[in-house]
Amino acid sequence: MKIVNIVIAIAAGLIVLLGYFFNSPGLHELRSPLLDWAVTLSGIAGLVAILNLVFGVHLKRLRENHPKKGFSVVILISFAVTLIAGVFLSPASEGFQKLVTRVQVPIESSLMAVLAITLVLAALKILQRHRNWMGFVFFLSVIFFLVLNSGVLAFTSEIPFLRDILSGLHQIPVAGARGILLGIALGSLATGIRVLIGTDRPYNG
Amino acid sequence: MTAERMLGFVVVLFTAAGIGFFSLKQIRAQFPALIRKIPPIARLKRAIGLSVEDGSRVHVSLGSPGLTEPASTSALVGLSTLHRVGQLSSTSDQPPVCTSGEGIFALLSKDVLRGVAVETNTYESYDPDQGWLTGITPFSYALGAMEVISDPIVKTNILVGNFGAEAALLSSAAERRQTFTLAASHSLVGQAIFLATSRDVLLGEELYALPAYLNYRPAHLASLRVQDILRFIVGAALLAGTLLRALGVL
Repeated sequence: MKIVNIVIAIAAGLIVLLGYFFNSPGLHELRSPLLDWAVTLSGIAGLVAILNLVFGVHLKRLRENHPKKGFSVVILISFAVTLIAGVFLSPASEGFQKLVTRVQVPIESSLMAVLAITLVLAALKILQRHRNWMGFVFFLSVIFFLVLNSGVLAFTSEIPFLRDILSGLHQIPVAGARGILLGIALGSLATGIRVLIGTDRPYNG
Repeated sequence: MTAERMLGFVVVLFTAAGIGFFSLKQIRAQFPALIRKIPPIARLKRAIGLSVEDGSRVHVSLGSPGLTEPASTSALVGLSTLHRVGQLSSTSDQPPVCTSGEGIFALLSKDVLRGVAVETNTYESYDPDQGWLTGITPFSYALGAMEVISDPIVKTNILVGNFGAEAALLSSAAERRQTFTLAASHSLVGQAIFLATSRDVLLGEELYALPAYLNYRPAHLASLRVQDILRFIVGAALLAGTLLRALGVL
């Protein structure tokens, strides 16, 4: 049975990949339904995982009298309210959108505020964490580019020599990001191909 | 087929052939791979060993990857890591736990954990709820994963996958508990935040080297070699392009 799963996974992957490279109508006809199935499967997997979160995790906590069962009660009530509202109002309706966004947006905004404070604290402690040349360079770069992008040096646009130097300095983070992205792209390629040829199997079947 | 697609196809074929070639036992024996030391991974191995000894739990978090996005490859690395961590900690009383922010990866993590339990004859200690979806938006996922990080039994955290700004909440939660945390993301934002908030960070392609360094499968080491070859080719092409542009040929 396991070998059948592997063969199906590799065959589906190869058809989708070849359909991208070769403009053959036959491959296109095979590729489109496979991609549609993947999207549908992904949606169903999301639903299964949410049901698992509700019944497998939070209801279980209530049954087992878990110390954090209070949070689980809040989650279960929120889930039930959202589900009932979604069924009666439909997810696309304005009323449902308002109901969800008026709860979700303030919560996520407050988390963003917490995140901002966390990042400021992290920036202050960065040299403590990375006591090496890399941490030092990272810290100096952060300060330097914060100053550079703050607009304090806007007056240099009048001086051609300084303007050219600053314009060059602006390219440094872009060059660094491209270097990192090249490594990421090659790593992604190798990982994808390992899955495609079946040497790396994130599924057991 | 356009020239761009033809080139892409050749690169894919070359990579697949290279991985196959360098995975051959004969080639591995004749030309053993030389790998540089990555200190965060060495510390991770030690942390896994310690967690097996003291009966604590390893937490692997995959972030919020979309299966159909290119970002999903970093979460696939996270799944390979989860598999290897499961094998390494099979003698522990506490099997690893995995959190993610995407349904399909939550199911895949359950499947990986089940596979490990079958392989290592520890199926009686397998609990399907060890792999779970903690939330479907990046922040809700982070809040759920923070709860796992704050569990006293979790003493090692491996954050490998698709992380954005919410990464700061996870790594700061782990720091508060003074647990070992290895953090890696394919995203530039995630990497910058991890570098600022964690001690042990993998940058750039180091993320994709993680399974190879954990001695997972020969194909992982082989793919590192192919990546190195491709990197030289891309570097040479960039230099040649710059030179030709400077000379006015291009």
